[in-house]
Amino acid sequence: MATVELTFSALPAHVRTARLVATAIARRTGVAEAILDEVRLAVGEACSRAVEAHRLHCPSEPVRIELRDDAGRFEVTVSDAAPSEEPKPYVLETDGAFEPDEMADLGVAVIAGLADDVEVVPGPKGMRIRMSWPASANGLAAI
Amino acid sequence: MDLKLDHHSEDSLTIVDVEGEIDVYTAPRLRELLIDLVNKGNFHLLVNMEKVDFLDSTGLGVLVGGLKRVRAHDGSLELVCTQERILKIFRITGLTKVFGIYASVEEAKEAHGRDK
Repeated sequence: MATVELTFSALPAHVRTARLVATAIARRTGVAEAILDEVRLAVGEACSRAVEAHRLHCPSEPVRIELRDDAGRFEVTVSDAAPSEEPKPYVLETDGAFEPDEMADLGVAVIAGLADDVEVVPGPKGMRIRMSWPASANGLAAI
Repeated sequence: MDLKLDHHSEDSLTIVDVEGEIDVYTAPRLRELLIDLVNKGNFHLLVNMEKVDFLDSTGLGVLVGGLKRVRAHDGSLELVCTQERILKIFRITGLTKVFGIYASVEEAKEAHGRDK
């Protein structure tokens, strides 16, 4: 099991860096090229949510990401230190007359739509979002 | 890649060309542009996303905010987008039902002309 850990200051500019790092390690771990865009978007969503939560509650605390190659899965865990509650379900009316107000929870809805294995654990000391995708057993994807 | 924004008017339609990545860092610039356009009386907006490399929920939020603003003036905000990677996030969130999404600027202009 190989693990990369990354912490970054809760600044929007660093979210792109986190996306790029996660995508590079996903490719190295053997995630298929066809789903690298999903990894990039899901990790970006989790990091954006964490950065916004830190800016509200604890701007000096860093956001933490763990990227793990675990038995044929590429697993990413994004942890923040801002108190959080269970995300409100995102529901969109189908008549087009309603547009969502709570865009904060939209990020979690997007992650759920992208990763085939997602766990969102809110808590008073922060939220942890763990997500994973299939990777090649040998670690490096065929190019 | 950073975000590049440009806009021009064709008849009653204002076309906003967006290039690059729309995320939590860059989305405020797009929000400011849309607010500025609406404040200056541009209520029919067409956002051309053909050169957008990345869009996240922050960007979606900005587009939804823009839509609310123009609708308050009986206006419209529609999109040009054919990239599957960008369309996917609209489908996941159901926002394909909220935005008019066209395959080209010309197609969107024709539809806008019919609706006038």
